[in-house]
Amino acid sequence: MADHISVQGHPGSVTSTDDRETASAVVKPPALALGPLGWVRANLFNTWFNSILTILILWLAYKIIPPLVNWLIINSVGPGEGVTAQACRASGGACWAFIHEKYRLILFGLYPYEEQWRPIASILIIVGLLGVSSNRNFWKPWLLAVWAAAAVVIGVLMWGGVLGLPFVRNTLWGGLPLTLILSVVGLVVAFPLSILLALGRRSDLPIVKSLCVTYIELIRGVPLITVLFMASVMFPLFLPTGVTIDKLLRAQIGLILFASAYLAEVIRGGLQAIPKGQYEAADSLGLTYWQKTRKIILPQALSITIPPLVNTFIGFFKDTSLVIIIGLFDLMSASKAALTDPAWRGFYKESYLFVAVVYFAFCFFMSKYSQWLENELHRGHKR
Amino acid sequence: MSDVRQTVAPQVGDDIAVQLSDVHKWYGEFHVLKGINLTVSRGERIVICGPSGSGKSTLIRCINRLEEHQRGNIVVDGVELTNNLKNIDQVRRDVGMVFQHFNLFPHLTVLENCTLAPIWVRKMPKDQAEAVAMKYLERVRIPDQARKYPGQLSGGQQQRVAIARSLCMNPKVMLFDEPTSALDPEMIKEVLDVMIGLAREGMTMLCVTHEMGFAKTVANRVIFMDRGEIVEQNAPNEFFNNPQSERTKLFLSQILAH
Repeated sequence: MADHISVQGHPGSVTSTDDRETASAVVKPPALALGPLGWVRANLFNTWFNSILTILILWLAYKIIPPLVNWLIINSVGPGEGVTAQACRASGGACWAFIHEKYRLILFGLYPYEEQWRPIASILIIVGLLGVSSNRNFWKPWLLAVWAAAAVVIGVLMWGGVLGLPFVRNTLWGGLPLTLILSVVGLVVAFPLSILLALGRRSDLPIVKSLCVTYIELIRGVPLITVLFMASVMFPLFLPTGVTIDKLLRAQIGLILFASAYLAEVIRGGLQAIPKGQYEAADSLGLTYWQKTRKIILPQALSITIPPLVNTFIGFFKDTSLVIIIGLFDLMSASKAALTDPAWRGFYKESYLFVAVVYFAFCFFMSKYSQWLENELHRGHKR
Repeated sequence: MSDVRQTVAPQVGDDIAVQLSDVHKWYGEFHVLKGINLTVSRGERIVICGPSGSGKSTLIRCINRLEEHQRGNIVVDGVELTNNLKNIDQVRRDVGMVFQHFNLFPHLTVLENCTLAPIWVRKMPKDQAEAVAMKYLERVRIPDQARKYPGQLSGGQQQRVAIARSLCMNPKVMLFDEPTSALDPEMIKEVLDVMIGLAREGMTMLCVTHEMGFAKTVANRVIFMDRGEIVEQNAPNEFFNNPQSERTKLFLSQILAH
């Protein structure tokens, strides 16, 4: 034990450190007092290059912002009695009357007009549940049951045919509910699948591994449009005659296949970042493979892959707009349909802007939530 | 060499905790363990030392199958380590291991680190597991840190938590793989004190370490390994004062020089 005593004791150095600390506590950093004019000179006009950039940007802002404000607000035509497309065209500003006229079509597609409270209720259920699920205190088994129950309720609402609700074929579903259903169901199913694929790709079992590698590389190597085409056109050819699978379901399966391959690679990245020591510690305690994976490896791997995961989620949410090519009326396709009304032809800007705002609202929420969750998960064990 | 073992081992107990016979292991072409024979009795404290790359870490990692041996037999507490996963799980439940870099689970609190294996492997009720964990956290003298995360603790505290985590499984054998090598000098003592306490209570221990003071205090037997072989083994007094082989003498002169 004597070996350590000599290493431990350096009384001299300890005292000197203390002295330095007390001295440094008194000295304050120099005050940086600059007036607003001084700040402008120090940051915007400190070199000739920065001065040119500053002037250029001011000039561009002058050129862009006033016309934009004119179009968006000052010259725009709001909804009102007897406002027609002619009035809009004459004004030269944005035609919000068009959005007012068509928003039901854009948001709900061809769903029967009188029954549109049903998709509204479905959207509210989905958004509400997403809100509840974002609270970590509710991450309990019963939440899964709530989601399953919600899926049933949404199915009843959208299809109807029971409880006095008129039946609505799912070819009439469209707009925001379709986009939300395709993305939420897609991600909820693809996410666990992708975890299994990622684990399988790192497995020691040769057959499992090669199956997972083949699946991931095959799906990832093909554009989403191709997967959707195959799901809608080629897949029915392989089915026995008389058996048909719903078009919406086929599109949903195509999206799930695609998303799971991408998510699997993101998760594999996280699995590889976990130090070998974590696996060894779990092994040495006698945990089984699944206990180790569930309790030690995945919580850490998923928490470090939040940024790329959310990146993929957001990409997937927007990629669902590609179902337009197989004739499903999601939010994007419905906005295009709205433009085909002869009375209101040509208001592309307003239509796309409206859809963009809806997409942005959802994507921005996902992005902000992921940042918050990242902080929340790392708060405890940050050094 | 075999006669040395016979003179030392039987004094401690008749029961055999760990037995290795003619164990070989290769990393690719590199022959890292060359026919290791070692019998550890119950309650025996063994310190393994040797230059880096001598195979001492690999040796103790074979005992709980973190590394797979390719020839020979390893029997731990009557269970032979083969490809049989059931045997491996049984051995791992009964053998605790402490690593050089602690390997605590950073996303779990200190208490959760300690209760995880008892709850999931031993199927212990949660409150009972927590009571056991607090008992061992008190034993390593950090019960007040139970609700913190590993990242908030010093290296010495983390290593003591790692020891408590192993003890919660009530192991029959404890393996230490250079437990103090990653620690700042002023923290080495707090960890060694805990290990000395364990040794006094009769825990069977195999410890890879260069802490020769620790070896002198608690070891029944010191083993010197070089190039994948056990070169020399003896009681600490004999080993340090009267080393037999040239390689041991050279190693001791280097390690005790500073």
